[in-house]
Amino acid sequence: MAEQDVILEEPKTDKYEVVHSKSHLFYPEYERKSDLKHQTHYCPGCGHGVAHKLIAEALQELKLQDQTILVSPVGCSVFAYYYFDVGNVQVAHGRAPAAATGLKRACPDKIVIAYQGDGDLAAIGTAEIVHAANRGEKISVFFVNNAIYGMTGGQMAPTTLVGQRSTTSPWGRRPVNEGFPLHMAEMLSSLEAPVYIERVALSDNKNIMKARRAVRKALELQRDGAGFTFVEILSPCPTIWGKDPIEARKWVGEKMIPSFPLNVFRDKKIEIPNNNVPPHKTVEEIVEGERKVAREGMVHGRSHHFQHLGIKIAGFGGQGVLLLGQLLAEMGMREGLEVSWLPSYGPEMRSGSAHCHVCLSKDRIGSPVLSRPDVLIAMNEISLRKFASQIAPGGTIIYGRERLPDDLSIPNAQVVCIPASEIADKLGSAKVANVVMMGALLEETECLSSETAMKVLEAKVKNLALLELDRKALDAGRVYIDHTVAIGAVTQADGFAQ
Amino acid sequence: MAGPARGKVAVDVEECKGCGLCVESCPPKCLELSPELSHYGVHPARYTGHDCTGCGICFYCCPEPGAITVFRLAAPPKAAPVPVPAGGEHAPAL
Repeated sequence: MAEQDVILEEPKTDKYEVVHSKSHLFYPEYERKSDLKHQTHYCPGCGHGVAHKLIAEALQELKLQDQTILVSPVGCSVFAYYYFDVGNVQVAHGRAPAAATGLKRACPDKIVIAYQGDGDLAAIGTAEIVHAANRGEKISVFFVNNAIYGMTGGQMAPTTLVGQRSTTSPWGRRPVNEGFPLHMAEMLSSLEAPVYIERVALSDNKNIMKARRAVRKALELQRDGAGFTFVEILSPCPTIWGKDPIEARKWVGEKMIPSFPLNVFRDKKIEIPNNNVPPHKTVEEIVEGERKVAREGMVHGRSHHFQHLGIKIAGFGGQGVLLLGQLLAEMGMREGLEVSWLPSYGPEMRSGSAHCHVCLSKDRIGSPVLSRPDVLIAMNEISLRKFASQIAPGGTIIYGRERLPDDLSIPNAQVVCIPASEIADKLGSAKVANVVMMGALLEETECLSSETAMKVLEAKVKNLALLELDRKALDAGRVYIDHTVAIGAVTQADGFAQ
Repeated sequence: MAGPARGKVAVDVEECKGCGLCVESCPPKCLELSPELSHYGVHPARYTGHDCTGCGICFYCCPEPGAITVFRLAAPPKAAPVPVPAGGEHAPAL
């Protein structure tokens, strides 16, 4: 009865219905300092708020709230996660498209949005946006372009207009000194992969409604899995431009649009070829495969006479120095040891000098760097002269020539000389000198077994003729050491150089 | 013109920053900045009370997510007045 009375008394008011109100994509209150929970942190008249509203409305209407991940940039919109009640990530300056790439690939059913300003996207993040667009990542990028660095106080941006003043172009941007404004939408539309690229402006009512349609379209295309979508939004920055909000909005239309023409630069279906697809394996299958190889290659029951053995191998690049280190590390692994291999080489792949450090240990290895190696394998004279002094007292040097240089004395190490290159050459290829050296090492120090060496070589060398050569080289190295020991030609503790 | 305006606007003074974009954008010019200051020290926008068409332009021009709510006059019921059930799901919201 009472209700009837009310309706009769206020017949006008009860017939209004809400047509536009705050989107439920925004939090009811923002996680800001106490008395600012109701307002965004943007300046009065800032374009970010409008851009936020357009995105929120589109997501709400498309019912995508629960599957959206928003990547916030660095810039004024760094706090976008204060406002959007969606999944949020805030990333390093300019890297939003890279982070969005990872998110989208890991969660292909999610809607991933990179929201970026012009300093973020067009300066520090130029590489990220270009490559994400070029790969056709199925993300939506909203690029809010206000032609200036807002958050940091008005420095010149890549998008600053010719003649526009900023704190770092106080007389106006001069193309002869600072270049021309970057036109990101045009640049990206020269790429093959993007499906949708449009530039819109928040300059007046009509353009705002066009922007609304563009934002919605980009999100619809992403929802449908179409591909890379990019909407550039020309946006006012009243505070930094030194204009009131109404003037600033007009300035977007009068100054920015002539320099950044509004257009749909790309709107077409793109099929990105999916050729040469590698066989699909799960992570479990890959890991299990590796484990199987390791289990089968494991050599059990061998005891080692050392707790920790550091081997430094040095020579010219191309002599198989690094490969020899890898083979030794692999062998140690198969014999149940902890191993490390650390290469060091110059930019020359051939004929520069190279060395590597191999650690074999029964305990965990603290550092892969050897300052006092127990064993030095020196493939040439330069390496010997360079590293001989580092050898640990009582250590072993295996030198790849027939005898030590006359002027070199190595008092504190056992030195073994073996003309590895000559031996390898006689076998058929000087390339296997490193395997000759390995044979010498195994015979001299007995650190690892030659059976393990052959297993590793069988796994690594697919060419049967080469494998046979390696087997011969390994034997030859061992026999030479054995033989020279037998005839008493091995060095004394003070070396070979008398 | 007789009868109520087709629309109306409510401005949340807690959110309004007084930028004036809605006043500038409103096609029938039915918004104005209030002469009084809000507790943020700005002149918030307000509805003059006349001529709103409920077009929603002000909503899209306003940078604050919830500062403006736009209402539109509901379409008149086609048939004769429908009796409101007791308990009133159409109880006045305003």
